[in-house]
Amino acid sequence: MRGIVGWGVHVPYRRLDRAGIAAVAGTGGGKGSRSVASYDEDSTTMGVAAARAALASVDAAADVRTLWFATTAPAYQDRTNATALHAALRLPRATAAYDAVGAVRSAVGALDAALTGIGTHLVVASDLRTGRPGSADEAAGGDAAAALLIGGDDAGPGLLAELLGRTSATEEFLDRWRAPGEQTSKTWEDRFGETRYTSLGIDAWDALLAATGRGADDIDVLLIAGTHARAAASVLKKTGVPASRLHDPFRETVGDSGAAQPALLLASALEDARPGQTIALLVLADGADAFLWRATEALAGHRPAVPNVAEQIAQGGAVSYGRYLAWRGFLPVEPPRRPEPARTSASAAARATDWKFALVGSARADGSVHLPPSAFDDARHPAAEVEGTIVTFTVDRLAYSPSPPVVFAVVDFDGGGRLPIELTDVDVGEVAIGMRVAAAFRRLSSADGVHNYFWKARPIRGGSR
Amino acid sequence: MASHGIKDRVAIVGMGCTRFAEHWDSGADELLLAATGEAFAGARLTKDQIDAYWLGTAQSGMSGITLARPLELADKPVTRVENYCATGSEALRQAAYAVASGAYDVAMAVGVEKVKDSGYQGLNAFPIPGDGTARTVTAAAMFSMVVPAYGAKYGVSPEDMRMVLARIASKNHANGARNPKAQFRKEWSVEQLLAMPKVAGELSVFDCAGVADGAAAAIVVRAEDAHHYTDRPLYIKALSLIAGNGLPLGDPAYDYTTFPEIVAAAHDAYRQAGLADPRRELAMAEVHDCFTPTELVLLEDLGFCDRGKAWQDVLSGAFDLDGDLPVNPDGGLKSFGHPVGASGLRMVYEAWLQLRGEAPAERRIGTYGERDLALTHNLGGYPGEMVGFVSILGTRPG
Repeated sequence: MRGIVGWGVHVPYRRLDRAGIAAVAGTGGGKGSRSVASYDEDSTTMGVAAARAALASVDAAADVRTLWFATTAPAYQDRTNATALHAALRLPRATAAYDAVGAVRSAVGALDAALTGIGTHLVVASDLRTGRPGSADEAAGGDAAAALLIGGDDAGPGLLAELLGRTSATEEFLDRWRAPGEQTSKTWEDRFGETRYTSLGIDAWDALLAATGRGADDIDVLLIAGTHARAAASVLKKTGVPASRLHDPFRETVGDSGAAQPALLLASALEDARPGQTIALLVLADGADAFLWRATEALAGHRPAVPNVAEQIAQGGAVSYGRYLAWRGFLPVEPPRRPEPARTSASAAARATDWKFALVGSARADGSVHLPPSAFDDARHPAAEVEGTIVTFTVDRLAYSPSPPVVFAVVDFDGGGRLPIELTDVDVGEVAIGMRVAAAFRRLSSADGVHNYFWKARPIRGGSR
Repeated sequence: MASHGIKDRVAIVGMGCTRFAEHWDSGADELLLAATGEAFAGARLTKDQIDAYWLGTAQSGMSGITLARPLELADKPVTRVENYCATGSEALRQAAYAVASGAYDVAMAVGVEKVKDSGYQGLNAFPIPGDGTARTVTAAAMFSMVVPAYGAKYGVSPEDMRMVLARIASKNHANGARNPKAQFRKEWSVEQLLAMPKVAGELSVFDCAGVADGAAAAIVVRAEDAHHYTDRPLYIKALSLIAGNGLPLGDPAYDYTTFPEIVAAAHDAYRQAGLADPRRELAMAEVHDCFTPTELVLLEDLGFCDRGKAWQDVLSGAFDLDGDLPVNPDGGLKSFGHPVGASGLRMVYEAWLQLRGEAPAERRIGTYGERDLALTHNLGGYPGEMVGFVSILGTRPG
């Protein structure tokens, strides 16, 4: 028996009010808001945040055999993005790290590989959803990441949801596509996709019920993920599951998070579920995939990482449409008249992997902590999961930043160690001495196509982690 | 461990300094020719009579050839040195120690920076390949963190802190306005300065050093030979340099109201020179006012004021031209401008003019004729990770 032994999510802090779109773009927008990755986030950094939460949620050490990273918006092509997560999570050298990149359905494939594999797998799905300004994709999408720790009932952490069955239906047809190198997708007339998805979805659904010996009435919670909202609505009607049992797809609060959406919905459903409940997941993406889960007794004693899905969704701070466009590269704004950062050295970064990717400092016999690590210290001091307090701060309107101004603070970490560090997910007027912060893995800049990943600090909102 | 110094063993016998400005029509070559030419003429020496050269430049050229080529030096040892913004002082230190060692009779220290060819604002360090984890905030932002820290520690309100910083800028601009070689020659009132928009923390552009091109040069000889070249040499009483280790940046006990490297360099320099009460023994001080809060902290780190008291002394005018101890009578980095490699020698140039009575009457220090020692202080880096330099110079040996 295999299933879910832990989960973690990351919903970016920023929210775009869809009502602000049409005023600028002349069209598009709609009701509610969507989540927006900060200028210093990409699918890799969001994946790190979700995976950290997943690993933090399990009590027993998770002996991760394989790391999967799925996205439609990889930070790199022709190199594995999962290795950056591997480094940030300090996974053992013997743990494999693979990308499943390209389509929303890649995330389902990674999940399937983890469920059919042996040992514990960490499946991280992370996505940035981008559409041309004013498009339906722009308004409907949302950025997020979600990680599922998948293992057997013999794994260290106990099973929280066991897999009862899993079916699939595949067919070649064109609904959405994106040429390599382009930032946004195009879609065929949506009526056509609706007919295909409805047929595929019901095939997978009927097969799932048959394979598991369940009827529609037995389903306590139904999750439907997929970028085609009309198809999702049509399939729902045909499943026989009452609409009241459909889990909120977060369209009004987050938007459809593409490759991350199946795992995000599962995480949210498990946070709400009671032991014994049956949870069905139907994913409509270039075919249909259906999963049936049963929440275990262990779920009752499980405490998810803080902030959980509901808290993260509730914590958003506004980003204006203009700034969103600048962050996405649609509105190139004048940078400070300062040189852009130079390309990060591959060999220098490799020598400093634990510091750069995992914020590991060092500790001396006298109790002092050094960030970055000192050659004179014997003990390593991982600081990424330690909270800190702002001692003093400044706002730098002169420094180069992809999104000026730079807010910079001196942070004292609990248990020792001080680091002058850039702040993120914060508004200038909000920073204060004494503010509590947590470390956040971010993309500082990019040069020559090389992304410079390192840590910043972000305010802790809504209670301690 | 010993830092013996070279008190009264070496003397400065000639100096030159260009105007510090945006020299769109001059490169490093022209600036070097101008500054060295003035020094050669003053000491009645030719370039061939200098035995060895030290060239300080942070990033306007590499190797001694940066000086040897424009001056067409023939078979001369030329060493390029770099030590952040204390580069010019480092060149002087190396040249003076070389003469003191007996290796050379006559040496020249030259500092130059051609900053304004970069096309960017401010000073921007040459990128060294790295792992990408180095801080990327500006020096202005790092020094701006002194302001709230100082105010909180000593109970100075934010309004009073802004007033103190404006007072420092106003003083240095007033001095620079009286200096034909300064970059900015306009006076600014405290009220005008208080109205400037902020660019980093509480700092406005007018709290920051001027960014300028320039060069300065000094010729040093053994003290006993000094009167062959000039009737009024300047004797080197102390040269102290400390390179910080960066540890304060990660030390929770560090509070951004002092620069430990400067305290250490000052202590060493006062010991070398035999100074007990710098505020009353010095005729003047040139300090590294890269930002106005830097000057405030330096007044305490250099022992001119008790801890927590400098802000009051600033407001009372103690460091004005006619105050207790004139500080930055030439306008300082604030108004004279800051061509990195040249600034340390520019400070010495002002001591050279003032102590020898050559400063024009409108900016002559009030202590002239009563005291004959000057201090120059030069730093590079940030609070917590700094290179600090202090020199003591005097007109009389012994």
